[in-house]
Amino acid sequence: MVEVEWMADYEAVIGVEVHAELATRSKMFCSCAVVDSTIAEPNIAVCPVCAGMPGVLPVVNRAAVELGVRLALALECEILPQSFFARKNYFYPDLPKGYQISQYEQPLARNGRLVILTSKGEKTVRIRRVHLEEDTGKLTHILKDGVSYSLIDLNRAGVPLLEIVTEPDLNSAEEVRAYAMTLRNILRYCGINSGDMQKGVIRIEPNVSVRKRGSEQLGTRTEIKNLNSFRALERSVAYEIERQVRLLREGREVVQETRGWDESQGKTVSQRSKEEAHDYRYFPEPDLPPLTLDPAWLEEIRRSLPELPMARRRRFQTQYGLNAYDAEVLTNERVVADYFEAAVAQAPHLSPKTIANWICGELFGLMNQVGGEFDPGRVPVESLVELLSVLDKGTINQLTAKAILAEMFTSGKRAPELIREKGLEQVSDQSQIAGWVSQVLGENPEQVQTYLKGKEALEQWFFGQVMRLAGGKANPKVVQQILREQLNKLKEQA
Amino acid sequence: MSELTKLNLQGVIQGLRRGEFSCRELIQAYFERIQSLDFTINAYLYTDEEGALRKAEMVDRTLAEWRRSPQGELPPLLGVPLAVKDVLCVKGMPCTCGSKILEGFVPPYNATSVQKLLEAGAIVLGKTNTDEFAMGSSTENSAYGVTRNPWNLNRVPGGSSGGSAAAVAARLAPVALGTDTGGSVRQPASFCGVSGIKPTYGRVSRYGLVAYGSSLDVVGVLGRNMEDLALVFELMAGVDPRDATTVDLPVPHIHLDRSTDLSAIRVGVPKEYFIPGMQPQVEAAIRQAILHLQELGATVLEVSLPHTEYALPVYYLIAPAEASANLARYDGIRYGPRLGGEAMWEIFFRTRGEKFGPEVKRRIMLGTYALSAGYYDAYYGKAQKVRTLIKQDFERAFQIVDVIAAPIAPTTAFAIGEHTDDPLAMYLEDVFTLPANLAGVPGVAFPVGFDQQGLPIGMQLMGNYFQEELLFRIAHAYQLTTDWHLRTPQ
Ligand SMILES: [Zn+2]
Repeated sequence: MVEVEWMADYEAVIGVEVHAELATRSKMFCSCAVVDSTIAEPNIAVCPVCAGMPGVLPVVNRAAVELGVRLALALECEILPQSFFARKNYFYPDLPKGYQISQYEQPLARNGRLVILTSKGEKTVRIRRVHLEEDTGKLTHILKDGVSYSLIDLNRAGVPLLEIVTEPDLNSAEEVRAYAMTLRNILRYCGINSGDMQKGVIRIEPNVSVRKRGSEQLGTRTEIKNLNSFRALERSVAYEIERQVRLLREGREVVQETRGWDESQGKTVSQRSKEEAHDYRYFPEPDLPPLTLDPAWLEEIRRSLPELPMARRRRFQTQYGLNAYDAEVLTNERVVADYFEAAVAQAPHLSPKTIANWICGELFGLMNQVGGEFDPGRVPVESLVELLSVLDKGTINQLTAKAILAEMFTSGKRAPELIREKGLEQVSDQSQIAGWVSQVLGENPEQVQTYLKGKEALEQWFFGQVMRLAGGKANPKVVQQILREQLNKLKEQA
Repeated sequence: MSELTKLNLQGVIQGLRRGEFSCRELIQAYFERIQSLDFTINAYLYTDEEGALRKAEMVDRTLAEWRRSPQGELPPLLGVPLAVKDVLCVKGMPCTCGSKILEGFVPPYNATSVQKLLEAGAIVLGKTNTDEFAMGSSTENSAYGVTRNPWNLNRVPGGSSGGSAAAVAARLAPVALGTDTGGSVRQPASFCGVSGIKPTYGRVSRYGLVAYGSSLDVVGVLGRNMEDLALVFELMAGVDPRDATTVDLPVPHIHLDRSTDLSAIRVGVPKEYFIPGMQPQVEAAIRQAILHLQELGATVLEVSLPHTEYALPVYYLIAPAEASANLARYDGIRYGPRLGGEAMWEIFFRTRGEKFGPEVKRRIMLGTYALSAGYYDAYYGKAQKVRTLIKQDFERAFQIVDVIAAPIAPTTAFAIGEHTDDPLAMYLEDVFTLPANLAGVPGVAFPVGFDQQGLPIGMQLMGNYFQEELLFRIAHAYQLTTDWHLRTPQ
């Protein structure tokens, strides 16, 4: 990392372009199914329209427009009552028509905002535009018997995409990561896609420039591509800031270019300079009339929007008395937040804080061990509530409850069944516990003498011995109470 | 000439139903004629005699069945032979667009317009010649040789639907589909002495029409008279879920009666369409035809379409700009011939470099330039603004008149080779037809006389948006009272 002294003289200015795939059933302009192109057989979902055959025409998929509008509303954008499709022209074998249908002047929406949370607090990032477009196919280069081939898979060609562009409002790698993660949460909340970066449903391209602190002028920017994780995103931006600052300090210039992230070397590498940049020759798509949005339909979509993470986080803090950290962790994912709220609703006798602790602590731990998403099906809300209720009643103790939850997670069984099966039910019976206490005191006369001579701390040791004898099932409160009684009795006799 | 190929559509349909001749005989008559004449005319790029005869036999069985027990309606075009311009996709037939770059391409789908006519019972005889990708006014730009004008084999048939116009004129088909981007139905109709309709933009689906200038392209019909055109037009018109630019308006059933009274009609004559340098006989024939409409009761008024002179430059910016994108898909990768070696880019360069003809390349370059960064506003952007003015010219005129009568081309059919070295002179051929495409209004073309060399002269009537029926009615009244459209080449 850069030494702080000379880094402090510079400021990074970063904007981000995100391409988000829309999880529609069919493609943007034809009725082909959208398939997972990382596993599907190549060219299985292709028709004359998305293959760019002569004479075919595009027809807009309303479902894609609806998802686009959902996100635009979630980002508090101004939705244009009429937007236009445009042709973006360039030659590449993965682009069957020789142009991509996109939006240029008059996009779907513009002037939105997204609030992100970083270590320095909240920050508002302005959204410049949100527009609809279609994806390209995939080109694979292979070498077979010494001959190189380029293979084209058009499964992805024509899949609907949303491009989300920010103003250059971000100033650090941490902020870029926070923005990307917040946006991903919203995409998932609104059902726009799965948020899976490995599958390429979210592609993030930051553009980075640096300038002397206090300067009004923007520096020359570079664009980073090939980022398939949040970690890569943060590292690449940090690297790029450092690289540019170093160049400027050495009196050299930053070249406007596209740079790719090389994960193994941990650095960005020049891909394409501005001189090689395309002239896309955008012009209005004559095959599609303007996209006109009915205000009543927009209102319907607005009403169907879920409560978004930021609003929900704030509500969790006030309504349930959660701290900021728990509220954030619980609201990042809609399924987690829904799970928490369902549990709270089913268990008015339990404190929301307790429920939050169990979800964020034990349950997250278990889900993480199997390396996946939070899956509410592993421990249904009713099961968790049942477990926490028996714990609350004192039927089992905390330690047992944790063990049972782990068991529930793997076996799918419910708490009462497991408690019965394993005989884990807590013993609160006075006479049985008194028997265990008497046995421990009787078997350890030396320790009793030491205790009576004034080493009161031994009480804790006796407690441990009793719990061990009881196989951990004894109600700790009852043990404590009877132990104290018997020790007091011995004191009086001495 | 077999009597069967002289019949117009009504004659064909009624004769088949009455059993005066079989569909097989009819189709055979057309193919006999094609075999004896098309060697010289070159109207067809592809014919499907076997497929057509197979369908004809099915039609004959259906008709025999129907005559035994006439139940229900027969498909309206049952057994009607149809020629299709080679820029419209017919499933299973090659579609070359007159270009080497699509040699061997067989679309697995029908154009919607073709599909509708097939469903109505039509039988496709084959695909007709066209300027490459419909770019031209003479069919000389076809990669498969020029089509000759049946009235004079040394003359061009016009273009780009020259194959369809020549086929109808030479009785190689009773009716043919064409496309009109800048006059490509009306001008060849005029040169070949047949009738044609260029519908309103958005009236007929463009799905399966291989795009040239997407905001201008319209599927039209060429035939012998207005009744035939109206019948085919109304069957293929209408909104299509596959073409987002089609308009969801009801298509009227067009009934053309024997009435020739035009007293309720106001005909506008645009002064800008009578220019110096026009062939005097053409102007005289048009003036005479307008006078004839007046004699049928129409009120004739002079109107002004002041931006007419800009139509040519506007068209030659917008159409090539759209074409430059539309033709980008021909890269030799997914269909059509592929040239070139190992490198990906080499395939692009060699295939496109060798397989596109010179006029197509010229327009791709024009269009690419017009859209380039730094030139967009001055060329494409400006052209779009002027296009709006041209549209407004028509809107204003149609507040005063019902239709506009005008010449189609400044001259009759010119000699083959006459303009090939001078693209600009060739472009001037379209000067009277371009405005209707830029505005999107409908037009019909029909013969109104002959010049001293015996070459046909056509006139166009342009109407307000979606007013095709009115155009048919007026032109039909003209045809009921004249016989220009009945003349045939020797
Ligand atoms: Zn498709």
